Amino acid sequence: MESFSLILAIVVVTALAFDFTNGFHDTANAMATTISTGALRPKVAVAMSAVLNLVGAFLSVEVANTISKGLVDEAGIRPEVIFAALVGAILWNLLTWLVGLPSSSSHALMGGLIGATVASAGFGAVHGDVLVTKVLIPAIAAPLVAGLAAMFATRLTYRMGKRADGKSAEKGYRAGQIASAGLVSVAHGTNDAQKTMGIITLALVAGGAVAPDSDPPMWVILSAGIAIALGTYLGGWRIIRTMGKGLTDLQPQQGFAAQTSAATVILASSHLGFSLSTTHSVSGSVMGAGLGRKGGVVRWSTATRMFVAWGLTLPAAAFVAAVAEWVCGFGSWGTAAVAVFLVASSAAIWKISRREVVDHTNVNDDEVPGEEPSGVVTQAMAAVTPPPAGAVTGDLAATIPAPADPAPPAKTTV
Amino acid sequence: MSIDWVALGSVFGVSLVVTVALVGLFTLGISGLSHRERAAAQGQSAGLAVTGAYACFAACAAAVAYGLYLIMA
Repeated sequence: MESFSLILAIVVVTALAFDFTNGFHDTANAMATTISTGALRPKVAVAMSAVLNLVGAFLSVEVANTISKGLVDEAGIRPEVIFAALVGAILWNLLTWLVGLPSSSSHALMGGLIGATVASAGFGAVHGDVLVTKVLIPAIAAPLVAGLAAMFATRLTYRMGKRADGKSAEKGYRAGQIASAGLVSVAHGTNDAQKTMGIITLALVAGGAVAPDSDPPMWVILSAGIAIALGTYLGGWRIIRTMGKGLTDLQPQQGFAAQTSAATVILASSHLGFSLSTTHSVSGSVMGAGLGRKGGVVRWSTATRMFVAWGLTLPAAAFVAAVAEWVCGFGSWGTAAVAVFLVASSAAIWKISRREVVDHTNVNDDEVPGEEPSGVVTQAMAAVTPPPAGAVTGDLAATIPAPADPAPPAKTTV
Repeated sequence: MSIDWVALGSVFGVSLVVTVALVGLFTLGISGLSHRERAAAQGQSAGLAVTGAYACFAACAAAVAYGLYLIMA
């Protein structure tokens, strides 16, 4: 650890920060249905998910060594490129959390890697065909597969369960939901915590701190597991509300069918070698469960906003990462400027989020989040655009307060 | 560019069959248990339904265990 340079330390910290946002962004995947159907109390649900994520992080040592899934040339990757990629991914995660939309953390990370790589090595270093097969097709397939499975399962359980009532049915559906949500949590811990471990290890290898092809050191596994668990426990309540209440109204039977479908799709896909995003699978299965019940409705406006966010995830994260990488190219002060910008905009997003607090107390309120049907695009654009503009001119001091500007009216208690 | 249609197709098929089968089994188990609840309320017993119910739950538990095995493998 002698050769632990400053940039390496920054990358490690940023990677853990990404892991943390990944955790609270994806709590909804495992627990949104369980919370909205009342199978578990909100706090208990996120605590259980956090513990299972931590367990999942230790379950397998088979590192996700191909973190970029062959999207970019990993050979010549430098710590600065990874840092820029993480900046793009973190900002997109925070932004989608702010508007309460579920989006794939993996896509954000891949987008960040693509953007940073393009800025550093040109378009030639990105494999376009891999982009289609590993990102675009799965993004369309996941919600379809999970949605159809959940729809048929929901129909079946309502038809067969006509004579299932009383206490035992209530208890049964509750147990079933908890079990399948637990399975999703463990799978998430294994997949996503390992992604971060892979990144940190890649950075350590790139920086020469550990030998190539080595397993991640114990402290990496431990800190990645803890970061994702902490994030999960914090709970991305905004996204949980959208997924559990915003897309459709779920009854216990539907919650059970949706979560079982999601768990099955996630495990089947990773086992059969066609990896599908957890977020896309769960969103699809929730909508499928909504369609499967007689009289069930899917709120397509919310769903459309979500689809738009999915489409934007990769390019937006890539764009931010590319600019970050470009600024980092100016040397140490450029990297410092990007780091300052990341912290400042994260703080600004958090500040804006306090204007309308969503937490475990009001996560199940019926009010559909965000009444601006077309708002997500403009909001996303508005929030994403300032960084490049500011960073490009190097006029950081003047730009950083900009995103925070709308905050002052927020006199709500923190 | 080669899209692995076979893998995608098998993911689709397996997910559909497994999900529907699991949810069906579980619902069957729950129906069995509520049958017992009703029977108990009328002072009867429902041994067969209960045995069937636990068999269903056992099958579901086995599926969850297999899922955990897949995660670890």
